[in-house]
Amino acid sequence: MPVADTSDIVLRCNGAVRGVPDWILYIGAAAYAAWVFWLGLTGGLGIEPIKELEHRYGMAGFYFVIIGLAVTPMRQWTGVNLICWRRAIGLIAFFFILAHLLVWLLLDVQMLSAIGKDIVKRPYITVGMAAFVLMIPLALTSNNWSMRRLGPVRWRKLHKLTYVITILGCLHYLLQVRGFRLEAVAYTVIIAVLLIARLRMGSAKKS
Amino acid sequence: MHRRTKPTLTWADVTPRDVFMNRRSVIAGLAATGAMTLAGRPADAVSAAPSKFSTDEPKNTFEEITSYNNFYEFGPDKADPKKYSKAMTTDPWSVEIAGLVDKPGTYDLADVMKDQPLEERIYRLRCVEAWSMVIPWIGFELSGLLNRVGVQPGAKYVAFETLYRPDEMRGQRMPILKWPYVEGLRLDEAMHPLTIMATGLYGDEMPNQNGAPIRLVVPWKYGFKSIKSVVKITLTEDEPPTSWNIANPREYGFYSNVNPKVDHARWSQATERRIGGGLFSKKRPTLMFNGYADEVSGLYEGMDLTKDI
Repeated sequence: MPVADTSDIVLRCNGAVRGVPDWILYIGAAAYAAWVFWLGLTGGLGIEPIKELEHRYGMAGFYFVIIGLAVTPMRQWTGVNLICWRRAIGLIAFFFILAHLLVWLLLDVQMLSAIGKDIVKRPYITVGMAAFVLMIPLALTSNNWSMRRLGPVRWRKLHKLTYVITILGCLHYLLQVRGFRLEAVAYTVIIAVLLIARLRMGSAKKS
Repeated sequence: MHRRTKPTLTWADVTPRDVFMNRRSVIAGLAATGAMTLAGRPADAVSAAPSKFSTDEPKNTFEEITSYNNFYEFGPDKADPKKYSKAMTTDPWSVEIAGLVDKPGTYDLADVMKDQPLEERIYRLRCVEAWSMVIPWIGFELSGLLNRVGVQPGAKYVAFETLYRPDEMRGQRMPILKWPYVEGLRLDEAMHPLTIMATGLYGDEMPNQNGAPIRLVVPWKYGFKSIKSVVKITLTEDEPPTSWNIANPREYGFYSNVNPKVDHARWSQATERRIGGGLFSKKRPTLMFNGYADEVSGLYEGMDLTKDI
């Protein structure tokens, strides 16, 4: 029976998720970050490795932000529940964006005097920096102690900032695309669908 | 029996370096001749005279010049042109010369190049994306070709067009830009001795990813002005449309001269990164007109280069 099959797969998926502790995700992400850096040092990122490294870290962060946003809709639509990974997903997104920012700061722009000017003058950098700054309180309050301290209502309210961060992150990406790119449209559509889904769930709960 | 000998050789007997290097080049020359008879073409396929316009800055490697390209006709990624440009047929090739000229027509590539003296021009190339290279082009001055076809008095601009062939150029199946790619110069810019039609690089024919078989090179303008794989040249009275200007007029002007004082709408143009420095490559200041100010600043006298971008 197809229905039983689907639920079987869902059960297995959820079993697998529970079976993989989140520290494996942290180690995997750190290993990827180190590996890409190594590629950059040894010529594996092409002729111009700085922009490529910056781009890889930025995109990895962007993907994890999107995955984090997808956790709840995915549970609603498919029953697959990644909730026990969500903290790791969010923190990994934060660390990739931090790495992205450091590559931009130390390897790409290089001049600290130029950085302040860039943040004010270049809308895509303003938007990207705003997204990063908003990620900081979320990263800081992602531990159990902060969750208890804030209490579930305030904690959830604060972590709704993810929606703002995702929109700013997407805008940051769109603002630097040159020419018309299909990927840019695809990311925007995916994020829009996920955000609409989450907002609907929120309003459905209230009513 | 062991015979004791006193060394009689001194440093004077050592073959001087330039002599043995020369001997090596003779051998290399012989080897090249052999290769020519075997492969049907010499190691240095294109011979070109040196030029006073060449820079003596260290050149980028052939690998760098042919692996990191913006040629959106084959895809927007820098590695795409090398991957996908082999599909482009460059022989036969003809260039249509049209508009306000005495001898319009469709010229075969060999005819376009006929009697034009080939020179090696080692130029800096500054991309609008704030990176740069030093490239040993081979080409001839565009003025030579324009004089041959006869520019009529009413002509004020030169328009160029890239090949449009989506079945061979996969990027053209996507609306990344409005195809075909078009570019343009003012007539005096086109007639300037620095402006060349390049047909080769590094002593060989032009690789496909660099705009084979014939492309424009205007070293004092951002790289996108130097249109690749040219199939049409039109002399016009009015300023012709240009692709990046159509895509985003706020960011890309008709002139697009390299200018460290005028920022791109999204990034600074004050500095650039010379390709080839690896992960810890330092930035260097960008020079006005990409370092060709002595030669070309006269073209723009009386113009406000912060407005006419």
